[in-house]
Formats: sequence, structure tokens, C-alpha cells
Amino acid sequence: MREVAVIGIGMTKFGELWTKSLRDIFVEAAMAAIDDAKVDQIGSMYVGSMTPGLFVGQEHIGALMADYLGTPSIPAMRVESACCSGGMAFRAGFFEVASGHTDVVLVGGVEKMNDGADVTYALATAADQEYEVYQGVTFPGLYALIARAHMHAYGTTREQMAAVSVKNHHNGSLNERAQFPREVTVEQVLNATLVADPLTMLECSPVSDGAACAILAPLAIAKKLSMPVIKVIGTGAATDTLALHAREDLTTLKAVKLSAQSAYKMAGVKPTDVSLAEVHDCFSIAEICIVEELGFVEKGKGGPFTEQGHTALDGKIPVNTSGGLKSKGHPVGATGIAQVCEIVEQLRGAAGKRQVKDPKIGIAQNMGGSGASSVVHVFKKE
Amino acid sequence: MVGIVGYGSYVPRYRIKVEEIAHQWGKDSSAVKRGLLLQEKTVPGLDEDTITISVEAAKNALKRAEIAPEEIGALYIGSESHPYAVKPSGTVVAEALGIVPNVHIADYEFACKAGTEAMFVAHGLVKADLLKYAMGIGADTSQGAPGDALEFSASAGGSAFIFGKGNIVAEIIDTFSYTTDTPDFWRREGAFYPLHGGRFTGEPAYFKHVLGAGRAILEKSGYKASDFAYAIFHMPNGKFPLTAGKKLGFRKEQMEPGWIVPLMGNTYSGSSPTGFSATLDVAKPGDLILLVSFGSGAGSDAFIFKVTERINEVRNKAITVKELLEQNRIYLDYGQYAKYRGKIIMNE
Amino acid sequence: MPSPRYWREMPQRYRLEASQCTECGKVSFPPRIVCGCGARDFKKTNVSETGTIVSYTTIRVAPDAFVIQAPYNIAIVEADNGVRITTQVVDCAPEELAIGKKVKFVFRKLYEEGHCGIINYGYKAVLV
Repeated sequence: MREVAVIGIGMTKFGELWTKSLRDIFVEAAMAAIDDAKVDQIGSMYVGSMTPGLFVGQEHIGALMADYLGTPSIPAMRVESACCSGGMAFRAGFFEVASGHTDVVLVGGVEKMNDGADVTYALATAADQEYEVYQGVTFPGLYALIARAHMHAYGTTREQMAAVSVKNHHNGSLNERAQFPREVTVEQVLNATLVADPLTMLECSPVSDGAACAILAPLAIAKKLSMPVIKVIGTGAATDTLALHAREDLTTLKAVKLSAQSAYKMAGVKPTDVSLAEVHDCFSIAEICIVEELGFVEKGKGGPFTEQGHTALDGKIPVNTSGGLKSKGHPVGATGIAQVCEIVEQLRGAAGKRQVKDPKIGIAQNMGGSGASSVVHVFKKE
Repeated sequence: MVGIVGYGSYVPRYRIKVEEIAHQWGKDSSAVKRGLLLQEKTVPGLDEDTITISVEAAKNALKRAEIAPEEIGALYIGSESHPYAVKPSGTVVAEALGIVPNVHIADYEFACKAGTEAMFVAHGLVKADLLKYAMGIGADTSQGAPGDALEFSASAGGSAFIFGKGNIVAEIIDTFSYTTDTPDFWRREGAFYPLHGGRFTGEPAYFKHVLGAGRAILEKSGYKASDFAYAIFHMPNGKFPLTAGKKLGFRKEQMEPGWIVPLMGNTYSGSSPTGFSATLDVAKPGDLILLVSFGSGAGSDAFIFKVTERINEVRNKAITVKELLEQNRIYLDYGQYAKYRGKIIMNE
Repeated sequence: MPSPRYWREMPQRYRLEASQCTECGKVSFPPRIVCGCGARDFKKTNVSETGTIVSYTTIRVAPDAFVIQAPYNIAIVEADNGVRITTQVVDCAPEELAIGKKVKFVFRKLYEEGHCGIINYGYKAVLV
């Protein structure tokens, strides 16, 4: 396999993009990535998107985006893996470049969630339709079940979960692309409207429109460009039972653990080598579980770890410097690629007010459903 | 000997008090309570209907019958609130109980009499040796128009009875049906609430048929009122059954265990069957019980039962009507009630 | 929901039918074609009628088909024979729920497909 680098990144602002369509936002992000990479040709394209069919009635968006990007003949396909569609699209593109088949591959993600669909239902289709959704389960509900189990097993508190939102909103306040770039307090989080007990509105990622893209190329090409070279040194993916209830332990996100182990092994790194991480904080409790599964803290200690500030911008291991899904926004299919954009910006040293001091290795962890799919990528500054 | 081998009831946990409904419409609750002898009524949960009530009542009947569900050859549900206009309630209930596919199913409708109709036919088939066991259910989630007098009484619940020839809890001594065409109460296809003839529902309808059937079965069987331990008459309100019973020579004590209407309301097809179920809950071996239903339109079915020794073995194998009526009640205000009963216009 | 999809699941939804692996003894709900242990022979069984709450929540923002019922409780229940099920817990207030509380399964309406579509029934739980 060839070594692969990210040579370009681009994304739209995340939020309620009323004047722009699904294709508009994808093309905007893709053009930004192409301009960033300064390449004039793309060999193929993978578009991560969870359910454009339910959100805007449009399937078959690989061809659509290739057409509107002005590259109507290239191989292009949509990749779907619920909320980690973007991360999985990245993985597919990585293998295509690594295999030697194609030199320049565009990997993107897009979701247009504010066009009037029943968003709660559309997202719920990522859960077990017959044995979870049939009962009226929602995604906030599934993570609330995880939260209650985590609180019961490890004494995790609502304040500790709220600390995730407070931190991510602080980081997001420094990110002009964030949907909600504003600070929140623990009290505001705890007193916000309940969505699924014990999770409040300020512990749930928002409904967002947005797109993000990255350009992958072999290391040899990357080295000829003027930008710092950011290599992809590890990829790992894993799955778990689709239904949350089928897992032995509700607080364990096995797919996250396995995907991280796989990516770490390929990259030859340990959790302690990681300078920063973008993780899938779709709900406050998710980030607590994920920092445990990624090996940043032992199982059950994610709550205090977060509350003590170890995952803050200036902490031991800064997590979600972009603002995460919570503050930056969560256009589901775009999220996995947006995470890559943040890691690349940070490793390039171009993250402005959010810049972590001299990062060497960053990881992006993207998750689908209640943790049934997870994909982790490890990036290293050359 | 043909009779009931198992019986069971189900009543939703939700209630609304007469005062709450009276307050909503600016009526004098004490006058309503005095006039109709009602205190409160049962209300189905948002997720309950004739089908779910029937399933739970039937499960309780199966617990007392101690037979395998697949031995039941017919299942009949009488209701005026079948959830589907076209598609049987009985198929859902039979599927849920595991009775399918070798079973005869029918839904019955005869205003408040549909439950005893289902019982009447189930009994007949067993007596004719066509089937080993047959189940008859009376269940309803009845609706009265907002502001109408019926709103104080129209309630939810039901009872199921399994008929057979062995291991009988109560033998059927006699039956009688009395029917004429009397337009005292009706609901047209597509109409949400029923209409009724006001006081016309009394003498020419309820009393004519209940007394007609009651007198006829007494005469036919040779029993007199004093031979009976208990009697149950259909309960559109608290007053009518007591008046009818008195006219037939029954004392209030004979009617008391089955006179569940003050706490339950009028559960239409489930009304007199549930009164009968409540009576079996307290009956002793050897007791004679008279059951007379009434359905607008109009007609009455009358049954005479004789309780057997087995009642003492099965009584505690399932929840009693008294427990269902008096335990774990959840009271609703009128707004919640209106939501629960689908009286609020929602968007699709 | 298209009615064939609803109809196909009736044994599970209406009667809590499950399958037990003849090799390892694990009970699968819904029934599976291949067991986690790799075996493919099963015998028919049922989920126990009672169980214990493993975790719970109250859904306050619901999909359109469930809006009329909101807020409603959802729990993961471990049935007495070990099967775990996601189910609504009805006829009780959110404050009445707790991990470890006993429930029993009942037959209820899950949701209606608008005014004209099919009515979807199945299991729910109530506190015992």
C-alpha cells in the first residue's frame, strides 16, 4: 500500500443554510477543498451521506455531485453508514489511493436536514426499525439509556455530562464555521428543555445543514505541494449490534474501542501519543464514553476526566477543538469529514484561536447509530 | 353440562370523575351523581382500544380456564367500538393469544348487547358439540358526545368468557333472547359519536327489553327472584339496573356485587359481562346468577348460571374486577381526557 | 408501515416469540437464522412475561407518529429468561421508573398510521 496524505480540505459553515440546496453545499465544500489542494483533476469521489432520500427526497447523489462539480464522468458513489457515512467515505477513498488505483480522490460528506423532513424519524432509521424505532425510540432516547446506565454503573453525574457541552461550546465559540458559536454554562445545560431524560437540549447535537470535503493523494504528490504534509497513518473501523439492547454492557461502545485499536495498531501509536482528537459527541454522554474507549482515560472515569478539564483546549488531550458536533453542528453525513478538516487544520498549525500547541498526531473518530458503527483515522504531520 | 370454564376482565387504569366532566360543561355534579348514581368512569389509555382490552381480559380468562389457547375453536368479540370498520378485532386478539389458525372468528355489534351476543353464540356452539371450547368477549371503549349526558357514563373495559363442557366454573341453566326494532340509540357509519332518543331510551327501550327477557327466562326456567344469589342487569347508569331488578323482584343485595357502574361507568358491550365477572369473583358453589344484558336497537339476552365447586379453585388465578376497579387509579382532568379519547383535532 | 412488514413480525410483536439455540442455549429475540455461536438450529420459545428495567428514559421530543403519546417512557428490560428488549413502559409517571424495577409485558397499540392506515399493535411493559 502507498502512503496517503490529505492535500486539501474545505467545508461550508454548518447551520440552517436556508438559501442553499443539498448540491449547492456539497459543491461549495468540494470547490474549497480543490482550491486548497491546488489540484486540477479528481480521479474519483466518495460522498458520505446518511439519508438524503428521507431529508430531501434525493438518492443517487454520487452522480449528482460529480455532475454539479463539473466532473461528470468520474467514478462517484455515495457511502452510507448512518452518522459515520463521512468517516466511511474517507476510509473508502483512503484505500483507493493507498491501493495505487487512483492518485487524487475527493472524499466528502453532506447532509441537508432543515428542508422540512421529520428529522427525529429520519435519524431514528439508523436504529433497529422493527425492535427499537417501532416502540417510539429516538436517538436522544437511546443515548439517554446509555447515560442512565453510565450514571448507574460509574456514578457519572449530570454536571459531568454538562461539562462536555460547556467545553465544546467554548471551543465552538472560537470557530467561525460553527452553527452555535457561543458559550454555555453548566446551569444553562442542566436547566435546558429535556429532550430524553436526563439529556437536555444543550446536550444534544443540533439539526444542521452542511458539507465538508477532503482531497487524498499519495505521499509523493503531497510532498510536491507547498502545504505542510498531513499523512493518514491509520484507519480502523468496526461494528456492534444495531440494537442497543442487544449489547452485554450498555456503557461500552465496543465498535469505538475496536476501531481505535485497529487504527492505533496500523499507525503504530498509543493513546498517549495523540495530541488531539475530534470525536463523535452527538450527545454529551457519547463523548464521555468515547474518551474511555479511545484509551484516554480508564473505563468509567470519562465524566470526572472531562469535568477536570483534561479534554479542554489546554488540557492533557484536547477533544473536539472544533466545537464538536454539539457546537459546530452535526449535518450527519458531513460530520466525519468535518472532523478531518479540523485535525488537518490543527496539524497544519492553521486553527487560529483554537490552535493546540504544536500537535503531532491527531485522530478523528466518527460513529453511526447508538455506536453500531465506528471509524477512526490517525493523522500525522510529516 | 355446558358452562363457563374460565372468565377474566380488564379495566384500564385511567379515570375521570363526574365532577370533572360536570365542571367542564357547567353542570351541577351533585345532581348528576344523584340522578345517575355515578361517581367516576374508566378511560382507556392512549394505547388501549377494544382489541387490547380484549387481549388482556382473554389472558385472564385463560389463566382461570387453565387450558391451552389452541384448544379454543371460536372467538367472538362484541363491541360497538371495534377499531376497524372493516377488518376484524377478533383476528388480532386470536393472533395475540396464539389461537390461530384453526379457529372461527367473528366480531359482533349490537350496541351494549354485543358482548352477551358473543357469549350466547359461543355457548351455543359448545352445546351443539361443534367445538370443544369457544370464547365470547364483551369489550368497549365507548364514546359519548361532549356535553351529552352519555359522556358521564361511556367508559372502557371488558370481560372474556370461555365456554366448554368440562371443568366448569358456572353451568348455564338457561338462556333467552328478547328483541324488537326500537331506534332508541344509534351511530351511523362514519359518525364519531352516537345519538339517542333521550327519555325514549327508558321505558320503550331499556325497561321493555330487560324486563321482557327477565320475565321470560324466569317463567321458562321456573325460578323466581328469591332463588337467585345474584343478578346483573345492563348498567347504562346506576339507576336503571336497580329499578329493573326491583321490578323483577330482586333485592339490592342480590345486585350489589355486579352493580359496578358507580366506579366503572357504562362499558357498553363490556358492562353486564363485567358485572357478571365481578359477581363470579364473590359467588359460592351452588349460587344461581341471573344475567340480563341490553343493547339499543333493541334487545336483551338473559342467562341463568349455576356456580360450581371449581369457582373456589380458579377465583384467585387472575385479578378480580374489584381489584381492577379500585387499585392504582390514575385520575385525568378534562383536557387529558379529551386528548386520551381523541376529542382534540390533531394534524396528521 | 407497509402491512407485509407489520404482518411478518406478528409472532414477535404479539406473542414475544423467540428462538433458542440448540447448541449454546442463548435465546434470540427476534429469532435469528444464525446464532452468535455460529449454530443454525433453534427451537421456538418465548420471552418471559416479566423482567427488570436495565435502563430507562422519557422521550419528550418524538417522531411524528408518536407525538400524541409524548412524553412516554422507554426502557431496556431484561426479561427473566435473559432476553433484552427495548419497550415502552406505560401507565406510570417518569418518576416511578428506576433501574432494577420489575415490569410485565402487556398488549397495546404502538401507533396508528394516520386516520386511514393500519393500527400497529405489540408489546409494552407496565410496572408490577
